[in-house]
Amino acid sequence: MSYEQARTLIGERFTSAQVDPGTPERRSLGEGGPLVVTLPADQWLPFATFAKETLGCRFFSFLTAVDWKDQGIDVLARLDNLDTTVSVTMKTRLAAGVSQCDSLAPVYRGANWMERECYDMFGIRFDGHPDLRRILLADDWQGYPLLKSYAVDTPYPPYR
Amino acid sequence: MAVKPPVPVIPAPIWRNFKDLQEYEEHRQRRPEGDKHSSLFESITEGIHSFPGGFVVTTPADAFLNWARKSSVWPVTFGLACCAIEMMATFCSRFDVERLGMVPWASPRHSDLMIVSGTVTIKMAPMLLRIYDQMPDPKWAVSMGSCSNSGGPFRHGYHVVKGVDRVIPVDVYVPGCPPPPESLLNGLLLLQEQISHFKRTGVRADPNPKVD
Repeated sequence: MSYEQARTLIGERFTSAQVDPGTPERRSLGEGGPLVVTLPADQWLPFATFAKETLGCRFFSFLTAVDWKDQGIDVLARLDNLDTTVSVTMKTRLAAGVSQCDSLAPVYRGANWMERECYDMFGIRFDGHPDLRRILLADDWQGYPLLKSYAVDTPYPPYR
Repeated sequence: MAVKPPVPVIPAPIWRNFKDLQEYEEHRQRRPEGDKHSSLFESITEGIHSFPGGFVVTTPADAFLNWARKSSVWPVTFGLACCAIEMMATFCSRFDVERLGMVPWASPRHSDLMIVSGTVTIKMAPMLLRIYDQMPDPKWAVSMGSCSNSGGPFRHGYHVVKGVDRVIPVDVYVPGCPPPPESLLNGLLLLQEQISHFKRTGVRADPNPKVD
């Protein structure tokens, strides 16, 4: 599996996906990489299944989110094929005020804690996650600290 | 014109978790000035002091006890972050605090000093408080490094206590990020000097011109 083959397969299967052109100067990632795929939110779980079964990306590297204020929240995950070093970064944009996303935990077990952390910091509810609760912060924590709307120096009694 | 959001009101620092105001008041009356009195020594010396001419005994006794206290300050081995590396260097043979009578001891029950070395997160603060509570009186605390002095570079982070003095009472603040072993050593020497001014009545030490 090379990057060209992966691009062709993604273009055939996911017509609504937007595939970024590669940046070949990053030679460590191989020719044509890295591969960034921007998806509509309903294609999130199907693409992960496709990447695991067809592209052979069986290693779940990480999942995180970016808060773009009025423009919504980006959720992105990186999937690696460790045999052929093809890496896919999948990305979706949740509209402003939306905090629902499909969970990748049924496909990748490694997504479990990553999604819990993402829920902890950004408040994104992952549908279909087996055990969605806070992982790093205390259970009684109010708010989601990595959102841009979380005020600096929000007090947390009794320590501040 | 952009309107700034209101600054959140930060509650006044208290040293303990209290369920209600009544419990806090009870605690405050029982231990009026800090956590630094030893009730056994206090009752004995109080008895001697009230005896006619007893002060002749108690004043040298205080000096002797303070000499003993300052000559065997055992810090509890409690490292939080990168400052702990410098603390370990201070404990090791090059700087060798053992010549000052300081034996790093791995139990809070036998320790007199807690060196808070590193960032205190909100999640860690209850554990720090519990270890401090397990130390017998009289006990001292040294805040080591910018993080535990004031929160340091993480002061405006969402998860950091803005200074360990919001959790426990602190005697000596050692600045630096991290402080080199010489700084910590200097802080420990200042602490020893402060201990030599220690009063049995539980009143906090006199202001030390070198420290305060």
